Amino acid sequence: MIADLSELSEVERDAISEIANMGVSRAAASLRQMVGEQVLLSVPTVRIVSRKEAAERVELGNSHRLVAVQQSFEGPFAGRALLIFPEGQSLELVRSIVGPEHSLEDIIDLEQEALAETGNIILNSCLATIANVLQKPMRMSLPSVIRGDGATMFATGVRNRDPNLVLFLYIDFTIKSRDIRGFIALLLDLPSIVALKEIVRDFIDGIDRQ
Amino acid sequence: MQHQVLIVDDSKLARMVMASAFRRLRPDWSLTEAVNAKEALEAISGGSVDIALVDFNMPGTDGLELISRIRSVSPHMPVAVVSANVQDEIISRARELNAAFVAKPLTDEALGAFLSGAALRLRKKA
Repeated sequence: MIADLSELSEVERDAISEIANMGVSRAAASLRQMVGEQVLLSVPTVRIVSRKEAAERVELGNSHRLVAVQQSFEGPFAGRALLIFPEGQSLELVRSIVGPEHSLEDIIDLEQEALAETGNIILNSCLATIANVLQKPMRMSLPSVIRGDGATMFATGVRNRDPNLVLFLYIDFTIKSRDIRGFIALLLDLPSIVALKEIVRDFIDGIDRQ
Repeated sequence: MQHQVLIVDDSKLARMVMASAFRRLRPDWSLTEAVNAKEALEAISGGSVDIALVDFNMPGTDGLELISRIRSVSPHMPVAVVSANVQDEIISRARELNAAFVAKPLTDEALGAFLSGAALRLRKKA
């Protein structure tokens, strides 16, 4: 069977959402622990879209100025994971993590580095859980902080043959009782979509055999 | 008994979080910080480090490589990998190096359990 690159079957989409949900739930639990407040998650959306559509989606309802922590991952499939916030909220996030005893100056000093470490924890929690569920080890890069609009977030950094289509998985989260919301997004290039489809099919077959 | 603890993490925030947990759990122990493997090995070669807590995801030498180098000079030092990378492979590689695994975000409970175990091992050795 030749994998259809532009379509996911119902069961593939469902399985990918479910696996991603396990990863993101663990990430939300990590964030909850760091900020000490409940973190609410949306239902994950999985789609194969152009990078332009992905960029438009993260800008929806947000200012165009975004800040993201990104980590690349490599294994049987490769891509990028991003933790994205409207830029105006990143200081508030850092403040809620380091605690109220620090001055605004300290928080501004720490912002870049605190965002990187927070992203590292959240994205690693998510990706490591997905790797464990699929039983496929993955290597994660060091985190980096990027600032810009949706196009900046998704334009570069992924090796692929077709620069336009990506598997785009995103989940909105809100930190209850603080005005902080953001996204976790995973981006996979086309060769990786084919590899992921195979792994997901094996995973589904594995469930059927149990 | 007081101990000398080495914290190895490239992130300042992570070192702050760790130091703050120590102030609650073991306020009388002394802490040394290192931001990479080179600094960590220098601190250990000084001979005063009893316990090491090592981040996994660091530029250059990663935490597991660092621990394998620590093992060649200090085969019995209580050591933990501290990481949000909770992949089964990372945890089992830590075990092979006779190191504990403490998950990030750090909790007092998880760090406290590792430190109690480490203190016990150091007491037996003494």
